[in-house]
Amino acid sequence: METMTGARALMVAMEKEGVKEVFGLPGGANLPMYDEFARCNIRHILVRHEQSAAHMADGFGRVSRKPGVCFATSGPGATNILTGLATAQADSSPMIAVTGQVPVAMIGKDAFQESDIIGMANPVLKYSFQPRSANEIPLVVKKAFYISETGRPGPVLIDIPKDVQQKEASMIFPDEFKILGYHPWTDPDIVHIERAIEMLLSSERPIILAGGGAIISSAFAEVQSIAELLMIPVVTTFKGKGAFPENHPLSLGPIGMHGHAEANKMMIEADCVLAIGTRFSDRSVGTFEAFEKRLKIIHMDVDPAEIGKNQTTSVAIIGDVRASLRIMIKILMQKAIKRTEENIWIKHVKETKAYWKENLKLHPGEMGAAKILRKLRELLPHESIVTTEVGQHQMWASLFYDVIQPGTFFSSTGLGTMGWGFPAAIGAKVARPNVPVVDIAGDGSFSMTENSLATAVLEDIPVIVFLLNNFSLGMVAQWQRTFYNRRMIGVDQGKCPDYVKLAESYGAQGIRAQSMDELDKAIKTALKSDVATVIDIPIDPEEDVLPFVAPGTSLADMILPS
Amino acid sequence: MWAILTLLVENKPGILFKVTHLFRSRNFNIDSISVGVTDNPEYSRMTITTFGDEKQVEQIVKQLDKMIDTIEVKHLDEHKTVYRELSIFKIKLSNANDSMEINKLANAYGGKIHDVRKGSIMVELTATPDQIRAFEELAKPFGIIEVARTGVAALERGGYEN
Repeated sequence: METMTGARALMVAMEKEGVKEVFGLPGGANLPMYDEFARCNIRHILVRHEQSAAHMADGFGRVSRKPGVCFATSGPGATNILTGLATAQADSSPMIAVTGQVPVAMIGKDAFQESDIIGMANPVLKYSFQPRSANEIPLVVKKAFYISETGRPGPVLIDIPKDVQQKEASMIFPDEFKILGYHPWTDPDIVHIERAIEMLLSSERPIILAGGGAIISSAFAEVQSIAELLMIPVVTTFKGKGAFPENHPLSLGPIGMHGHAEANKMMIEADCVLAIGTRFSDRSVGTFEAFEKRLKIIHMDVDPAEIGKNQTTSVAIIGDVRASLRIMIKILMQKAIKRTEENIWIKHVKETKAYWKENLKLHPGEMGAAKILRKLRELLPHESIVTTEVGQHQMWASLFYDVIQPGTFFSSTGLGTMGWGFPAAIGAKVARPNVPVVDIAGDGSFSMTENSLATAVLEDIPVIVFLLNNFSLGMVAQWQRTFYNRRMIGVDQGKCPDYVKLAESYGAQGIRAQSMDELDKAIKTALKSDVATVIDIPIDPEEDVLPFVAPGTSLADMILPS
Repeated sequence: MWAILTLLVENKPGILFKVTHLFRSRNFNIDSISVGVTDNPEYSRMTITTFGDEKQVEQIVKQLDKMIDTIEVKHLDEHKTVYRELSIFKIKLSNANDSMEINKLANAYGGKIHDVRKGSIMVELTATPDQIRAFEELAKPFGIIEVARTGVAALERGGYEN
């Protein structure tokens, strides 16, 4: 037992959890915590807006699979992280947010910079704590990390009143604890797994749909083994993009609103789907009407509440998807089940894939989105990490940037948070400093958190912003062109700012690339650079993302380039 | 379908808020809710009644179960459950016979009479929601001034048989 302040106990407890970096911004109510940075081995990374701190922690968490940590003060500091918490919750990302709060005696008095952040954030959190005495802090931190990173990961908030940070208490740092109502893991039911195998073997047109859960549980080798053993083609959700190498002969890429044509086509023809860690979101499946009437769904998920939430399933396998897949592989091996002959379905899948590779019409210009993103893919090492912003560029990345090494592609897919990609890239680079990290960006989205350039420069975190600049809110513009008879309202961003000058004003490198040659050089320069680089790539504001499944319609009604 | 859910939760501040917030944010509805501490002061029991089809009720149970503060969540089978609600009716007394009539009615439903005054009478009735509604229908002609209901409390029949 040791006597120390609550603030000190927080830092000691976080060090015990292995925290090396914290993203944040100080203020009145969290000054006692900030003072402790002087006496611990945790690096503080200063942001210019708390929302970015939350996205950085999120990016860090997705890449390292350990919770990223962000700090904010009370009141507006705390409300500024709300979008970051909601983003992390929607994408099941592990994160710890620590906010300062007004002193206990002031809570509920509408004190200066008081906000009921526990109440406001409740629906976008996995859990929250508000310790009312200093000696609770070690156990709170221990539980917070455990809850955040186990089972289906998610954000946990620790809101600490200022006087609780300041008070001294005898601290016990426990190793063991119980949370009665929390059972993050379920052992997968072998009977259900056996039934699933029978279903897959007896179906004529099986398909694997890998979702974000396959990435969170790192089930890459397992997904590949099942696909290869049973010779089943693999589609992914957008969140699951890169759960399976996209250069693999069995890969069809993401399905969905802007899915690959071949993926959407094969998805609706399948008669049995092995769905791995997905919630069947509206953006992935559209309406279910186009799907094969006799479609059997085998649904693997760590979260029992996902079973039957959006879609009725034939067989449910609850548990960590990697563990479930391993059992499945073991059974297949024991029974010596392995397909080597290409059946009609696989031939059809391969033909369809080849057809669309050949025949999908692309933008004719030199600087079309497909050409730009394929150039990036060509020059980026496979282990590079890519994040995206939200908008057209994000969907082009889904269509034209192939993920070859699984688990290297991250995007705000659930909440669709503009401004996420750049700070998330900074967080990713902190987690994985030795690989290139690129934020595939659009001008609308990048504008929202572009002041994180200050963090990238001052904290020496050299990420690359790969900016497809169409001088507009391109995705909204596309919807206005498609559904609103070209009445363009509120989408023109003009040539403002000049992103090269903007980058330079922060001390970052800004490069404009207006031809493929310039782009080639710019990417190579950025990869060698030891400061953050913004590559500004002007593109045609009229280019649409196609294929496009209009909202409320089915994958069969895909709009294709004419 | 009307469903009775029973929740064993940690007896901590903020849990009721989280449970009701979950209903709001997931677009479920609460018909009634009652909360009380159990024999172990560390836990409270909540009884929630709700409406929804089978799939919705299943989803409500799963989402409640997922909550870290809930220790046990169960959808109770009405036929294997003792469930009661306490209600208090304040009823008008307009005619000379009203007091006697209401007394008879209350007796028929197992209610108790409280606070008889010149213009009003109070009836306490502990019964199932259906019985309370039936009583309410019959009391209406007299003129109901106010009603207070606690919401259902419920426990499954049977004990530890093994």
